[in-house]
Amino acid sequence: MLQTAKKTIQIEIKRQDPEINNGESYNQIYDVEVEDWFTVLDALIKIREEIDGTLSLRCACRASICGSCAMRVNGQAKLVCKTKLSVVEKNNKILVEPVGNMPVISDLVADFKPFWDKFNAVEPYLKPEGEVPEGEYLAPNDDMVHLVGVMNCIMCGACVSDCTVLEVKDNFLGPAALAKSYRFIADPRDGSQFERLQNLEKDGGIWDCTRCMQCVEVCPKDVDPMERIMSLRSKSIENKIDKNYGARHAKSFTDLIKNNGILNEVLLILRTKGLFNIIELAKLLPIAISAQLAGKRPPFFSHSSKNKNQIKKIFKKLEDK
Amino acid sequence: MKFAFFPGCVSRGACPELYTSTVKISGILGIELDEKALESASCTGAGVLQEKNQLLGDTLNARNIALAEKQNLPILTICSTCQGVMSQAEYRLENEEYRAQINETLADEGLEYTGKTPTRHILWIIVEEIGEKKFKSLVKRQLDGLRLAPFYGCYLVRPSKALKFYEKPERETCLEDLTEWVGATVVDFPGKTACCGFPIVTINEKASLKMVGNHTSTAKDLGADAMVTPCPLCHLNLDQYQDRAAGMMKRKIDLPIIHVPQLVGLALGLDPEELKINKHVISTKKLLTEISLKP
Ligand code: SF4
Ligand code: SF4
Repeated sequence: MLQTAKKTIQIEIKRQDPEINNGESYNQIYDVEVEDWFTVLDALIKIREEIDGTLSLRCACRASICGSCAMRVNGQAKLVCKTKLSVVEKNNKILVEPVGNMPVISDLVADFKPFWDKFNAVEPYLKPEGEVPEGEYLAPNDDMVHLVGVMNCIMCGACVSDCTVLEVKDNFLGPAALAKSYRFIADPRDGSQFERLQNLEKDGGIWDCTRCMQCVEVCPKDVDPMERIMSLRSKSIENKIDKNYGARHAKSFTDLIKNNGILNEVLLILRTKGLFNIIELAKLLPIAISAQLAGKRPPFFSHSSKNKNQIKKIFKKLEDK
Repeated sequence: MKFAFFPGCVSRGACPELYTSTVKISGILGIELDEKALESASCTGAGVLQEKNQLLGDTLNARNIALAEKQNLPILTICSTCQGVMSQAEYRLENEEYRAQINETLADEGLEYTGKTPTRHILWIIVEEIGEKKFKSLVKRQLDGLRLAPFYGCYLVRPSKALKFYEKPERETCLEDLTEWVGATVVDFPGKTACCGFPIVTINEKASLKMVGNHTSTAKDLGADAMVTPCPLCHLNLDQYQDRAAGMMKRKIDLPIIHVPQLVGLALGLDPEELKINKHVISTKKLLTEISLKP
């Protein structure tokens, strides 16, 4: 028979029940005897079945296909069925909390309504153009292969849980919905690319992302939502949907490096906001003055690279690739 | 230990104190900085250029690294963002085909990227290369009693694959470790690996300010005397926009944000003024009194 090693792990769980503790969350610690092959989910199920039947959690397939069991383990969102206990425990302890950025229904079960609302907001279905074909809408294989990665999304919400912008801005569409939107915008059969991109330019869309890479780090399916958001940004600029600070920032940044090799922060701000945008520039004045008083204002004519021409040459060669 | 010094745009622009303090501590730490090797280098693209064109961004970074390789020197960075962007490029350049494609462009200038000496942030070099024992032997001023909240900057923590955390697990806690080596106490808080909000400050100031306010006020309320960061972009946002963030929250925060080389400099016994610690928007006076140093 297979030999396995047992040990006891302290599992601290953030709990919350509308009928207990006035609905406030509280942490409860369980000592659980586990096998060395246990996943975090195995341990949680053991608690529910053998120690405390009141613990709420959500899971179904136990094989990282259904996307039901995203939770925070030691502060980071994970699919607990895919997470070996031995990998995450530190000094025989772990902390399990519900996903972030969504309201908690009970213990480790969150209300995914905001997640689905945003998903629906990007119209996650094909909107083809032209005559309806007799059979399926066909697409060449080569045009679809690069979408396989993004189609791997199992809608687990891990990325949404840990997105740093969603923590401070409720109306951000977030990594999962934006990745899904990319899936249709990049589909050659879809006919509403332009309108979709126009919608994503609005407040709460693609330009809200800080590129913090949390979604890239936590996604259990390597969907790489941030990379999709960046592709949406460049598609948006290609389609001349670029009269916003985000697009202007990206374009000015690129131009400054192209021409100077390195960055001039003053020019970047001026060009992003617009040289004649007096109102916005006036708002920046107090910041500039306090920096100046501290002796921190960046020099207007900043350094440049010693070999600007070579850098320009590289830009010329690759900028349209 | 000799390195090709990559100061980045910010330490030569809005954060000159970072440049100065780096140069000051390097001598004492036995780090020789070659400032000539990368004179014709470009900006890393800071992730912004990569939004539009990853191949172009990776080519520019490969070129910078190849310039250092030509002098047989590894690169030293002092910015989480520069470091992260270069580590990500190096990670993608491990692919042979991709490397060959990029080297084709570099050949025009007689350069070749090999990737044999990975780029490192000065914080990593201190922790990995100099190490606890040697570093502690150089400490002249124990910063006992000082309570410091770490703030890494996204690019020095994610994506962990490109930053090689699996090979070098010490990178995950390097800032806390260094804080303990100088005798200070770590004020741990969940925001330490979060985003400072800098990338969207000109695009969506309110959301950015909320991030600044949340991180600095949480650390302050946990008793931090200052926050320490290896990223000048985080420094800019957390320092320059802190008052505005405090105003939005209708409270006082007043948490000095210091650069890693300034912290190291204080511990090495350097004068605060040499480290330009007085050149911040949020005053460091109280902090310096705390460690009985005249501001
Ligand atoms: S990279 Fe953008 S979408 Fe992804 S977690 Fe960060 S802010 Fe959210
Ligand atoms: S993108 Fe990844 S983390 Fe986000 S919902 Fe889809 S599978 Fe989950």
